[in-house]
Amino acid sequence: MTEVLRRYGPVLTGVILLAVALWLALLVVLPQLMMIGFSFRPSLPPSKLGGPEDVFTVRNYLTLWTNQIHLAIFLKTIWASALVTATTLAVCYPVAFYLAQVAPKRRLPLLILMLVVPFWINELLRTFSWYIILAFNGPLNAILLNLGIIDEPRRFLGGDGGVIVGMVYVYILFMVFPLYNAIESLDRNQIEAARDLGAGWLRIHRRIVLPHAKPGIAVGCIMTFMLAAGSYAVPALLGGPNSRWFTEIIYNWFFEGGNWNQGAAYAFILLVLCIGFILGAMRLFRVGLADIAK
Amino acid sequence: MTAARLRRLLTGAYLVLFFGYLFLPLGIMAAATFNSSRFPTVTPWMGFTLNWFQALWDDQRMWAALGTSLMVGAGVIALAVPLGLAAALLLDRLHSRAKTFLYALMVSPLLTPGVIVGISTLVFWREWFGVSGGLFLTVVAQSSFIAAYAMLLFSARLERFDPVLEEAALDLGATHGQVFRRITLPYLMPAILSASLLAFLQSFENYNTTLFVRGLDTTLTVYIATKVRTGLTPAVNALSLVLIALTILGAVVYEILRRREARRQAGSVTV
Repeated sequence: MTEVLRRYGPVLTGVILLAVALWLALLVVLPQLMMIGFSFRPSLPPSKLGGPEDVFTVRNYLTLWTNQIHLAIFLKTIWASALVTATTLAVCYPVAFYLAQVAPKRRLPLLILMLVVPFWINELLRTFSWYIILAFNGPLNAILLNLGIIDEPRRFLGGDGGVIVGMVYVYILFMVFPLYNAIESLDRNQIEAARDLGAGWLRIHRRIVLPHAKPGIAVGCIMTFMLAAGSYAVPALLGGPNSRWFTEIIYNWFFEGGNWNQGAAYAFILLVLCIGFILGAMRLFRVGLADIAK
Repeated sequence: MTAARLRRLLTGAYLVLFFGYLFLPLGIMAAATFNSSRFPTVTPWMGFTLNWFQALWDDQRMWAALGTSLMVGAGVIALAVPLGLAAALLLDRLHSRAKTFLYALMVSPLLTPGVIVGISTLVFWREWFGVSGGLFLTVVAQSSFIAAYAMLLFSARLERFDPVLEEAALDLGATHGQVFRRITLPYLMPAILSASLLAFLQSFENYNTTLFVRGLDTTLTVYIATKVRTGLTPAVNALSLVLIALTILGAVVYEILRRREARRQAGSVTV
């Protein structure tokens, strides 16, 4: 702290500390604590706030266990997000490995740019592009009909399948960059040496590339899972009443059910799920927080 | 020899598939803009038209939503970039466990689902200050995590900063204010530009957080989502096409700036 003061002087230090305090307190920590506190209170009309009924309660959390539909949607959100994460990992690993270890140096800038550009494009627009593809009279049905694979058009929109396919597309770039960054730092000589010593490519990947890529795998999985579980845009556009996502339940508590306390409890459950996944991935892959936010 | 060729062939095929997968959906969406069908599709092709751009141009609510998005974006730049800068300046001078703790706290909004950022902001500001959803809360909620992106960009640049420059200026009698204005700030200028661009793009495309704190205000991204669900016409594709073109332009400019900066950095090491 004395170094901060020495470097920036009293005035600037004051401004810096004030700005950081404002950010972390008013924008990050207090809102989270408020939301958590809010979730442990019953939903009451304004006149009864602070009255005898305004007590600490876990009822909002029990709702998830008693409401079978909500519980099923919550569990589906978990496995579907895990499926999205695993699929993106499998699809991205070969691409990341190629870019990081195999691709000729002069072709690399263009290839990276081709990955960066879709990454910048609005998530909602990328979701919308799949809305068009999966539509009842869209190109996917037209192609499948023409190939004779199906006899009549299928409804791809409004089901879990469409949502999952859309999510893989929308979040795939959050997997490929962490993987690429991790594999890129691997010395090519290690692969050469393993090959010279007679290792097949499967063994090279299992014993050398994959262990080295662990931090990247962890980061990619954490980002993808968090984005998928917390996604609202993709299920809202590609899903329907029969394929609701947990975030949509939360939204309904706020803006249709008008029960903010209940919504806050569900939001906190989602947050705990994501934190649990992060901690699990960090333990499994033995990485620290500094590796994650790069 | 043949095994190596086969592997190269398979790798090449996989890459073509992968990049095709990335770009084909966007291409289909773009192509549907020019189809005179009332519903955006490419099958069947009903003939080429530019009418949907005209329809988009005449859409008053689209312009209003664009105005809202621009205001929110400007607000986020004004709030999140200075916050991120202050945070990076502070972290740069800390070397203790306080640094690790603060860093974790600062990046935590990036690991929090966007809907939760929106919800916590909504609840907090209503309960403490009686502020309900609208432009102000949208700026506040978006800034809470966009400031973290800005902080990461500033930290990366400060890492390569030579503190001897500041020391020398202070020894020569400059005040702290002068050192900051004449040395630190000019050095950080490229990062301020890229942080502003990133903040704007992040704000512009945000949906999950905005949805909860927008009140009655509609940003362009929210407007597009509403249009897709109620009243979808290829005018939405026309809008998407325009936005994608602008995004690609922005991304290319950003990449060029970043690479030029990286080259300059690499060059200055030898000096």
